[in-house]
Amino acid sequence: MQNIAEAFGLALSLVLSGEADLYEIVGLSLRVSLSATLLASAIGLPVGALVAVSRFRGRGLVLVVMNALMGLPPVVVGLLVYLSLSRSGPLGFLGLLYTPGAMILAQTILIVPIVAALSRQVLEDLHAEYADQFRSLCLSPRQSIATLLWDGRYALLTVWLAGFGRAIAEVGAVIIVGGNIDHLTRVMTTAIALETSKGDLALALALGIVLLVLALGVNAAVQALRLTAARQAHA
Amino acid sequence: MPEDVSVTGLGMSDALALPPAHAAAARPASLLPLQVSGLRLEAGGAVLLDGVDLALAPAGCTVIMGPNGAGKSILLKLLHGLIAPSAGRVSWNGLDAARATARQALVFQKPVLLRRSVAANLDFVLKARGRDRSRRDELLADVGLLAKARQPARLLSGGEAQRLALARALATGPEVLFLDEPTASLDPASVLVIERIVGEARARGTRIIFVTHDIGQARRIADEVVFLHRGRVAEHAAAADFFPEPRSQAARDYLAGRIIL
Repeated sequence: MQNIAEAFGLALSLVLSGEADLYEIVGLSLRVSLSATLLASAIGLPVGALVAVSRFRGRGLVLVVMNALMGLPPVVVGLLVYLSLSRSGPLGFLGLLYTPGAMILAQTILIVPIVAALSRQVLEDLHAEYADQFRSLCLSPRQSIATLLWDGRYALLTVWLAGFGRAIAEVGAVIIVGGNIDHLTRVMTTAIALETSKGDLALALALGIVLLVLALGVNAAVQALRLTAARQAHA
Repeated sequence: MPEDVSVTGLGMSDALALPPAHAAAARPASLLPLQVSGLRLEAGGAVLLDGVDLALAPAGCTVIMGPNGAGKSILLKLLHGLIAPSAGRVSWNGLDAARATARQALVFQKPVLLRRSVAANLDFVLKARGRDRSRRDELLADVGLLAKARQPARLLSGGEAQRLALARALATGPEVLFLDEPTASLDPASVLVIERIVGEARARGTRIIFVTHDIGQARRIADEVVFLHRGRVAEHAAAADFFPEPRSQAARDYLAGRIIL
């Protein structure tokens, strides 16, 4: 309990002190996770939409695999990305290992299945409402998918949040491919892991509180956007 | 995308759905007359329609009537090519139903409006069909919704929503307009507005096929009546003959307000 009380005080003083190191870590955390979420959305949303509106042999298996991949262990993803990006790996020539780029890549791989699987569910429900109208209008698959993505954009914010939540809270993958290098690849979660291993639990908790507040802030902003849309009956 | 991927809807029509009919193979000048022969539809082990033979005249308004579960909406979707029959054929002047869909429009009982503004709902259809988007305001004015063009479509009242759905259907310039109980839950004033718009479309030469339970409405708009009972055509007659003197017992009971099983 003493640690927790101390941690809140420390967290507050850290934020108020304007310490450059803290803001650097926070900035990198946001940059990596937001970039990964945007990339994963660019890949996962069309995939989810395509599966939502398509019927093909083996679709059931695809759904099982998509859903199962939502539980990808971060350390396994980290390891696979590490092997790919290491000097002797197939992507070693990129020179990305131990850079924020590698961390973005790992987090993207981690959350693409989340975005794809959850958006598939959201868009399939919407498609159930629109399907007959789409067929009556003779829309092409591309037109159908574009329409579903646009009309479902506010519902898809929740999917985006789920992906972002997974990315910002993840430590296993980024610590393997980023290496937790000070001023280069240190993010909130890896900093917390480091402080915990050093025994500075108060600082670790303080960083954890800052991370939670960050996640809450992003969630609140997105939910506010969604509620505004709902009030305008577009959601 | 795999070759056998198709875009389909869900629910019962899922297994029966046809791919979109973009292609206009041998394109007849007119979709009419309509010839339906031996139409049968089975789903989930039940026979929903059977032995439906119909020949519809090139012009006018056909009203499809019948008790709940008679197969009216199913027949409409089969004629429009939204679902494929288990047996039989729908021929629009020689064209299969699925290939005629693009030249027709369907107004559903519950309007399916996009999560956009009233104007954007029309823009969407005009753009999808490659039609002149400058007609939007004219179409909205025709259905009395020009003043609400910027409002979210999903905030419209039931009657307004159905008028927008009707405007959207008419925006495609259909040769055949299907309406599936479009006034089922509307107030009398909204019903008359819908009937006026449909009447104007009919006067411009659009072939109307209208499903309704409302006997008074059928009397007002029908040139001919197709009466369905238990998935079969019990009677097909000119409105002038049908209402005063229905030939089938089922139709007589229906018009008299008796429960028919």
